[in-house]
Amino acid sequence: MAYLQLSNIEKYFGDHHAIKGIDLHIEKGEFIVFVGPSGCGKSTLLRLIAGLEAIDNGTLTLDGKDITQLPSAKRDLAMVFQSYALYPHMTVYENMSFALKLAKEDPAIIRQKVDKAATILDLTRYLDRKPGALSGGQRQRVAIGRSIVRAPKVFLFDEPLSNLDAALRVQTRIEIAKLHKELGATTIYVTHDQVEAMTLADRVVILRDGMVEQVGTPLELYDRPANRFVAQFIGTPSMNVVPAQGLPSLAAHTEYAIAPDGFIGIRPEYVQLDSPLAHSLPAKIDMVESLGSETLVYSRLENGLQIVSRGTDRVTLHAGDTTRIAFDENHLHHFDQAGKAYTVQKSPRN
Amino acid sequence: MHNKSSSTLLYLRTAFAWFFACVLFFPIFWLALMAFKTEAQAIASPPLLFFKPTLQSFYDVLERANYVDYAFNSLITSVASTVIGLMIAIPAAYSMAFFPNRSTIGILKFMLSSRFMPGVGALMPIYICYQYFGLLDTRIGLTIMFMLMNLPIMVWLLYTNLKELPKEILEAARMDGATLAHEFRYIVLPLATGGIASTALVCMVWAWNESFWSLNLGAANAGTLSWLIASMSSPEGLFWAKLSAASLMAIAPIMALGWFCQKQLVQGMTFGAVK
Repeated sequence: MAYLQLSNIEKYFGDHHAIKGIDLHIEKGEFIVFVGPSGCGKSTLLRLIAGLEAIDNGTLTLDGKDITQLPSAKRDLAMVFQSYALYPHMTVYENMSFALKLAKEDPAIIRQKVDKAATILDLTRYLDRKPGALSGGQRQRVAIGRSIVRAPKVFLFDEPLSNLDAALRVQTRIEIAKLHKELGATTIYVTHDQVEAMTLADRVVILRDGMVEQVGTPLELYDRPANRFVAQFIGTPSMNVVPAQGLPSLAAHTEYAIAPDGFIGIRPEYVQLDSPLAHSLPAKIDMVESLGSETLVYSRLENGLQIVSRGTDRVTLHAGDTTRIAFDENHLHHFDQAGKAYTVQKSPRN
Repeated sequence: MHNKSSSTLLYLRTAFAWFFACVLFFPIFWLALMAFKTEAQAIASPPLLFFKPTLQSFYDVLERANYVDYAFNSLITSVASTVIGLMIAIPAAYSMAFFPNRSTIGILKFMLSSRFMPGVGALMPIYICYQYFGLLDTRIGLTIMFMLMNLPIMVWLLYTNLKELPKEILEAARMDGATLAHEFRYIVLPLATGGIASTALVCMVWAWNESFWSLNLGAANAGTLSWLIASMSSPEGLFWAKLSAASLMAIAPIMALGWFCQKQLVQGMTFGAVK
């Protein structure tokens, strides 16, 4: 049995069915990331696990114990909030020791645990300060410190980096990954940033509209998306997905059987520009984005479909130029009419 | 040019504020002046601005009625009504601020609307109830009345105050293992001290100044200072100097309190809108 198990979890807000029956098994020590577009229910799901919202249906078990109806205070989970939610009237030390104080831990042990966490997070110098006198990054670390001193069963992070500036976000992301490696604690992390999801997670849970779209390791999601939504949600720029009918020459050429009413997907890095191949498609370039390490080229096929390509080579192409594009056929994704991925069989041809 | 006109405006505004404050303060100033006159000087026409001050009126008042008893009644009823009111209003405001439901705003509006009704409209039934339960002219009776009178405003003031606390902080405390009692003791009360203090102050001042219920439900036993002042005016005609001395003694403690707590009072009266 999984360490943290969600079985058919449902949540209603009035008439709004926010979480529509979610099943999830999380193993001890795993780093799980919930990701999805805003309003997909990822934060709600986290709050249901935390006990900050009541679960309307389904069961939640932690370490073999049913905690569905247990109040937050008794679940032994720690949470890091987006707004940090530090206690403004307490010093950093008091913030970090609050949970242990409530648990009536021995003051000497509290001191020891807080000092240890402060050392890990480089907060030792700030223990006597109040949150108001700290920078955003320091507050974030206090919020993390507050949860690690308790050594809870599961860490919950609710978009913890979204209030930090870009540079600090990357740095803190790396620190969180390092911390997880050191502590080995089971972690659930909510974000709308797919880079955070890809870099931090052991497994990513992609949510949409209160339902799980796919669960898997970051590369599984990237390489084998279960449907069109996941395919286009993961990866920047997102996967090109076009109707199969729009690419008749490809359908005719390839040795795979392609459903004519479905969709074909191809990641931008597998789109080749200036292709010498006979079955390549003529296209006109709309826009070129040179990012230095990579170059994105947005081009338009004769039938109006837009295709993005990504390459590490710098190109001399400009908007308005014409080119011929080809797809790497070993990296095509196939989706049926409803958007569900399917694997195609090699069909004997000729 | 711009600077000059804006500083002129500032002068005008300051002058207007001073003028307005003086107008408001004048009756109190006049009262204080009268209190130190003899009865003859007090009724002199035109009124005397310069005279030899005397404490005679204060002696007379203290001799005739036991000021300390009435002051004690005022103190007990205003403090007790505020404390009991807070004990009811704080949990009420907490639940409305952090666990609102569809009817929360409706309830709040209803509570406020109960203040719109003139007290005299409820005097008859309340008087009869008090008579029946033996609460007439008792400190307990007045305390209950003052508490009920202030309760809606107390809930409102505390509600607007607690609403400013970020919900996540309370949630963080819950995640840290805090029970409801812990949450109150370590998070809500320390963070809302300012709001609770200003609410308490405002309500204490109102209870102290209250005269309608005090006159109608109180008498010689439980009467507050308002009752004492009113009693000065009736029996043997008007004695301006004594009346003024009694009034001054009645308002002095609460004025001193207000002076020291100006900041909190302003915050309380503006419903926490000004910081």
